[in-house]
Amino acid sequence: MLPDLRGYGWMLWEGLQLTLLVGLASLLLAILLGLLGAWAKLGASRIARGIAGTYTTVVRGVPELLLILLVFYGTPTLIQNTAARWGTPVYINLDPFVSGVLTLGFIYGAFATEVFRGAFLAVPPGQIEAARACGMSRHLTFRRIVLPQVWRFALPGLGNVWMVLIKATALISVIQLDELMRKTQIAVGATKLPFTFYFVASLMYLGITVASMLLQQRFEAMANRGVRRA
Amino acid sequence: MNLALVLDSLPQLLSGLLVTLEITAWALALGLAASIPLALMRVSTNPVLRLPVFGFIFYFRGTPLLVQLFLIYYGSGQFRPELEALGLWVYFREPYFCAVLTLTLNTAAYTAEILRGSIQAVPFGEIEAARACGMSRGLLYRRIILPKAFRLALPAYSNEVVFLFQATSLVSIITLLDLTGVARVMVARTFAVYELYIAAGLLYLACTYLILWVLRKVEYRLSGHLRPREAEPARPDLSPAGLP
Repeated sequence: MLPDLRGYGWMLWEGLQLTLLVGLASLLLAILLGLLGAWAKLGASRIARGIAGTYTTVVRGVPELLLILLVFYGTPTLIQNTAARWGTPVYINLDPFVSGVLTLGFIYGAFATEVFRGAFLAVPPGQIEAARACGMSRHLTFRRIVLPQVWRFALPGLGNVWMVLIKATALISVIQLDELMRKTQIAVGATKLPFTFYFVASLMYLGITVASMLLQQRFEAMANRGVRRA
Repeated sequence: MNLALVLDSLPQLLSGLLVTLEITAWALALGLAASIPLALMRVSTNPVLRLPVFGFIFYFRGTPLLVQLFLIYYGSGQFRPELEALGLWVYFREPYFCAVLTLTLNTAAYTAEILRGSIQAVPFGEIEAARACGMSRGLLYRRIILPKAFRLALPAYSNEVVFLFQATSLVSIITLLDLTGVARVMVARTFAVYELYIAAGLLYLACTYLILWVLRKVEYRLSGHLRPREAEPARPDLSPAGLP
């Protein structure tokens, strides 16, 4: 049943590992940006709210592929042009891994912002009032009451973000990062078996999706272990 | 910033946008048409109908669109003799056909899943009432379940429309000259990297929010009977004094 991969199986396996690495690093960045964005959106500062609002609006309105191209090809040129105008020529070559993680993290940070914003708002205000009435400082309230519950409310949304993000890593292949998609292209070029290899690659992505779904269930069960259910 | 260059390239970018909108419209129309029977099969109690559709939806939602696109566009080459024998090769060698086919299958899977959710969310009381009125299964679906399900699905479907519109940018990878494709070609020609990509991004942004605005209007129209009446003239208070 297993198709003949002509010895290129190990290459796909390597690509899969890099895909997971890019995905996890981007998710981490997205979570950090999301927390920061939610904090800005819910905060009192009008400037911070404006920046965070623009960020989520723009990122969600432009295709990922275009943003990847813009960051990978546009940023070095922009910096070089600016530097040249100041009279100091600089040459920048962005590493595809770094720029891939930066771009994906930046894009999905906008989605994570909305997830965390919803999660912060889902914490019942009565609990915060109660904590303040017990004499907890704002910091302690945040650390002991709000944050542990935000984690619980944000998990389903973060799971969705992760599923979309890991599929979007395939786009990083356009900037020549050797992740699963790019490795598959190389294997196809050598073997002339496009259907076989792209199908196997798609099954690998499907495997990641299934594993992520199972993990998400475990995490949610863990986060909700203190919640009474009808 | 080289603004003159952006202005000069605007006609080409707009023609690319036209291709993007055309592909989006094809995939949306065909995908929506396919998703209705798929959703009905997905909620069927017969496993022969339900399981294949479950597999189809699972595969297309669980794998990246780029892989699906390559699987159909490049992968079909592996079956060239068979496709030629069937007379289908003339279609599969065209990137436009492959792009529309892939996007259609992809959006059909996502839309069918949205519709499944909303069909199952139709209140059972309404179905029971329709049955009590003596409606047949076909009439029940046509008059009660599907109209209600469409209305329930609209917010999620709006998101799907926007995702599809943005996903069409991937067709530039298989050499089609949509908005992203045009921008890439012009960047290669002029080296005005960030100006052109930003211009293309702004066009996408404008279209995205235009689509969202239109769909919100449609949603508003379709939910008229659910809104509280506005500005009703106050009735004179006729209740006897002392009573609430």
